[in-house]
Amino acid sequence: MKKQDKTKQRPLTLEEVGRKSGGVHDDEKWDLRLYIAGQTPRSLTAFANLKRLCEEHIPGRYKIEVIDLVKHPQLAAGDQILAIPTLVRKLPQPLRKIVGDLRDTEKALVGLQLRPSRE
Amino acid sequence: MPRSTVKKVSGNRALPKAPTGIQGLDEITSGGFPRGRPTLVCGSAGCGKTLLAMEFLVRGATQFGEPGVFMAFEENTHELTQNVRSLGFDLDRLGRQKKVVLDYVRVEREEIQETGEYDLEGLFIRLNSAIESIGAKRVVLDTIEALFSGLQNEGVLRAELRRLFRWLKDKGVTAVITAERGEGTLTRRGLEEYVSDCVILLDHRVTEQVSTRRMRIVKYRGTSHGTNEYPFLIDEDGFSVLPVTSLGLQHTVSNERISSGIPRLDSMLAGKGYFRGSTILITGTAGTGKTSVSAHFAHAACTRRERCLYFAFEESPGQIVRNMRSIGINLQPCIDDGFLQIHSSRATVYGLEMHLATIHKLVQKFSPRAVVFDPVGALLQAGSSQDAHSMVIRLIDFLKSRNITAMLTNLTSGEDSLERTEVQISSIVDTWLLLRDVELNGERNRAMYVLKSRGMRHSNQLREFLLTDKGVDLLDVYIGPEGVLTGSARSALEAREKASTLATQEHAERRQRERDRKREALEAKIAAIRKEFEVEDAELALVNSQESKRADRLQQDRREMATLRQADRPADAPRSRNRAHV
Repeated sequence: MKKQDKTKQRPLTLEEVGRKSGGVHDDEKWDLRLYIAGQTPRSLTAFANLKRLCEEHIPGRYKIEVIDLVKHPQLAAGDQILAIPTLVRKLPQPLRKIVGDLRDTEKALVGLQLRPSRE
Repeated sequence: MPRSTVKKVSGNRALPKAPTGIQGLDEITSGGFPRGRPTLVCGSAGCGKTLLAMEFLVRGATQFGEPGVFMAFEENTHELTQNVRSLGFDLDRLGRQKKVVLDYVRVEREEIQETGEYDLEGLFIRLNSAIESIGAKRVVLDTIEALFSGLQNEGVLRAELRRLFRWLKDKGVTAVITAERGEGTLTRRGLEEYVSDCVILLDHRVTEQVSTRRMRIVKYRGTSHGTNEYPFLIDEDGFSVLPVTSLGLQHTVSNERISSGIPRLDSMLAGKGYFRGSTILITGTAGTGKTSVSAHFAHAACTRRERCLYFAFEESPGQIVRNMRSIGINLQPCIDDGFLQIHSSRATVYGLEMHLATIHKLVQKFSPRAVVFDPVGALLQAGSSQDAHSMVIRLIDFLKSRNITAMLTNLTSGEDSLERTEVQISSIVDTWLLLRDVELNGERNRAMYVLKSRGMRHSNQLREFLLTDKGVDLLDVYIGPEGVLTGSARSALEAREKASTLATQEHAERRQRERDRKREALEAKIAAIRKEFEVEDAELALVNSQESKRADRLQQDRREMATLRQADRPADAPRSRNRAHV
């Protein structure tokens, strides 16, 4: 917990994020799942935004799974999806959900815990 | 007349409705919730919204062949399944039979970060997939307001909710949406704005420490509905609403007569007893034998092999059976044979509505031909006088509509006029028996009379009411120059009267005897005189015969003498006689 307090003053480096989320290695895998409903402009925007974020912050260590609920509606219940689009960070733990098209990069980073919230 | 025409018209193009299967609710909504439209059920916490929605769904699935989807936002499926199991709903089984789908939607604000634009398509897809999976006709969203706590963008939420309700309508599913009651508004989040076809308000009130649940239809577009607040009840059989105030006076009447169990009372009631389906009120001061009359009635019903339900608010079943055995009415066999059920509960245990609901349910379950409330006045303690009054009326209406003979007893306190009943129900009962004390010569006796009995020529006489070890017995009271007498005064007077009758009788007999004796004496005398006369007669006859003999002799003698004297001609009798005398 002490470590966390220290790191709060400045943006986290990726390594620190990895450590904080329980991982110890820089090559920790990020398992992301993006729920969409059909190829709507909003879904496409969300996917593009996500891709950009990942490339910028965790290049090469992420996996994005896009789930189209129109095709697989039964998958909506598993991750308690209400809003579309929703990004679910399966790994690293804990599970996080980000709702929306990720247009606001700052909020998206906070949501993914790539950046601490400003509270 | 215009009223009925309106009814007819609205009946012709009435909204299609989805019956809820909930006791009473279908009656006040005249058929159920609007089919294919959303219905909003709102109320404060703990007033039974979820249960109402769940019962609507389960009954739809089990009774009306309409599978349903329950989307829960507050309880998870496990909790929900457990909670309604106590009501006899087996959601696991219904789930396996593909009749009900439970879907728990968890909304946790801490887990959700919002960034950018979104919509609730995920919810739509989930709901749609659940509906499609079993071909659901009914949907419950409980409580969709939870979304407001999980998602920040209220603008998006409201737009999406509007879309959701539109979508549900287009889907043609009958939906029930529950919502928390807000301060001064029907729902906290103003959902009534979106769901406006039917709004039902549930309420849970505590008055004088007695809680009652009530339901009201705030709005029901395109249909007539009851506008009152209706009490409802949640118990092991689920929801039941009591729409009884809406009962009319159209019940069919019976001409059949049934015995009161007391032969003399039957004869006071034009010889045949009560009318079936009528309401009998027995009032009286304490200890005048109201329960005994009721027990007779119950026993008589059971003897006729009719079921009887006995609601006791003051005594336990065991106590009633024991006490009635002491006057020769054995209720135990009736109970054992299943013809009699005694339900004892203190009137103050719960509110009036609960009592009413319990009574309704028991009546529906047991379907008795006769019901006894002993005493109905005890219910007063469970609510205000006004409530109790309307409740008793509702009760009577309900029983009449089912042609059940009801017997109510009521205690009148000494100070009140005897003809006043606490709940003022006297005007709606058909037969009113009044039991009273007659205090005279240091003793207290019971008397009974029929104060009124609609539709029959009943006796107008006061009867002395005796509790013997063979049950209630009615005796004629003594009405004489000294007024109406009962008890020992009556028997004393009767004895005195008997004695004097006896004395009179003896006197008459004595006189008769005397006369007989006189007659005998007279006859004896007559016989004696006759005898004397006969003797005289006989003597006379003897004298006469002697005389004539003597005369004959004389003549003969004379003739002989003449012969002797050789007279030439026979002397005539007088001459010869004179001669003889000379």
